[in-house]
Amino acid sequence: MLTFIIYKLIICVAVFGLSLAVAAYSTLWERKLSALLQDRVGPDRAGPFGLLQPLADGGKMFFKEEIIPNVSNKFLFILGPSLVMLTALMTGAVIPWAKDAYVAGKLYSMQITDINIGILYLFGVVSVGVYGIMIGGWASNNKYALLGSMRASSQMISYEIAMGIAVIALIITSGGTLSLREIVEQQDAGFANIVWQPLGFIIFFVCALAETNRAPFDLPECEAELVGGYHTEYSSMKLGLFLFAEYINMFISSAVMAAFYFGGYNFPFAHELYDAMGLADGSKWIALIGFGAYFTKIFLFISVFMWIRWTLPRFRYDQLMNLGWRILLPLSLLNLAITVVVEFFRGHITF
Amino acid sequence: MQLTNRSKVVSNKVQTAMEQLYLPGILKGMLITGSHLFKRRATVKYPEETRPVAAVYRGWHVLKRDENGAERCTACGLCAVACPAEAITMESAERKKGEEGLYREEKYAKIYEINMLRCIFCGLCEEACPKEAIFLTDRLVDTEYEREDFVYGKSKLTEKIDKRIDVSKRQTLEVAEFKKLPGLKHNEMWEGKNLNKGNKH
Ligand code: SF4
Ligand code: SF4
Repeated sequence: MLTFIIYKLIICVAVFGLSLAVAAYSTLWERKLSALLQDRVGPDRAGPFGLLQPLADGGKMFFKEEIIPNVSNKFLFILGPSLVMLTALMTGAVIPWAKDAYVAGKLYSMQITDINIGILYLFGVVSVGVYGIMIGGWASNNKYALLGSMRASSQMISYEIAMGIAVIALIITSGGTLSLREIVEQQDAGFANIVWQPLGFIIFFVCALAETNRAPFDLPECEAELVGGYHTEYSSMKLGLFLFAEYINMFISSAVMAAFYFGGYNFPFAHELYDAMGLADGSKWIALIGFGAYFTKIFLFISVFMWIRWTLPRFRYDQLMNLGWRILLPLSLLNLAITVVVEFFRGHITF
Repeated sequence: MQLTNRSKVVSNKVQTAMEQLYLPGILKGMLITGSHLFKRRATVKYPEETRPVAAVYRGWHVLKRDENGAERCTACGLCAVACPAEAITMESAERKKGEEGLYREEKYAKIYEINMLRCIFCGLCEEACPKEAIFLTDRLVDTEYEREDFVYGKSKLTEKIDKRIDVSKRQTLEVAEFKKLPGLKHNEMWEGKNLNKGNKH
């Protein structure tokens, strides 16, 4: 029992630390990549190659003056960013980071918890995240902040529908399981799901951009119209939490996409490689290599997120809604229909 | 009612189905930005790396000393008059006995200030100076935190004795010849004298 608790504790702290570290270095990578895409050099002053830049940024955030508007509701004002950060960190719990491995003679799973409704949990937590933005925007008692948070919530709710339907199609393809672990495992044997769900992937990807409030869907924080959007009134580390949560969300949604559509920690010819290296199932090395492969995919996804941000201008609000309701929703329904037909012929579903 | 014939009919072109997909357009845009990953950087890592500047670049001024180390400026104020930005102020003082090694002329600038925020680096002060005392150099003016720090006094302008600044590139023969043109009154004292030798009357 004690070892179980310690093991869970270790893996919780590891995932927590991993999310924070990846998010911190995503901020650096974002700045670096934007610089590279714009023919600049980018941050390189703090530490070797600017590697300490995230620390400097974080330190700056902490030392900024903390301002809580008089007319705001203090409790809700503080609750907003806390909730956003909390939900952002919670989503990491169901993601399978690597294959099970024997440590000191016992088989451990590299996942905080493998609940059989992992996807539902994920969607539940993500949709609670919008409350943080709503509450924060409302508690600021500022019209810009309120408008920003309204945008955020309507955008998230609209895109969640298309996203959910795309995921239903994915669940059908992967044999009706809601557990992320099983979804990843079943891609080990066959192809990655992207082969069966190309349209679904595109829909999911676009929705993920909207869900994480990334460009071109970053209307909630549209500087041109809304000053800072829902975080207009926030300063110091509370603002930092909002911004930071965006990067954690980006990391998690990249991880989810890699798990759903690109086989997570599996990669082509993995078994051939493991055989050639003479590794037995449950070896630590398999877990490590798989983790590396998973992380490469996540890194690529994060980079694509950023690449898109530094390429596209922001959508207009009506375009955003049009795209969500009139294009993505019908497309996702079409994708669902196609999936059902394809899966029927593949013999995965019977009537 | 049409007022001018310059008005244009706005094209409210309806997007084609292909354009409405957005994806091809987005991919095209991403390829364009992506190609910039491999382009040459347009910026340089400034303090370590500087862009090449011309030998006659107009930057941070220097108040030259003559070859004996005496300040050449005689506080005539011609530079201040010439300055279109009114960036130069000075206060003159009389040279005391025993200060001949410090100041070449009998009258010298006790205070000489250039406001680097006003200066437009036109180089007219250099052109106006009859004593070959002020030159612009290829040094860039430093960044500062306070506005007052941009007012450069003599401590920042005068050439250091042990760190002489070569302005021979700016002090071309043509310039020297130009300054010796008859009709420019102040040239008379250069008559028959070597430019780089100190001018002792
Ligand atoms: S360079 Fe031009 S603007 Fe600057 S001090 Fe000399 S005359 Fe004035
Ligand atoms: S720098 Fe030249 S022009 Fe200006 S006061 Fe001195 S001698 Fe006169």
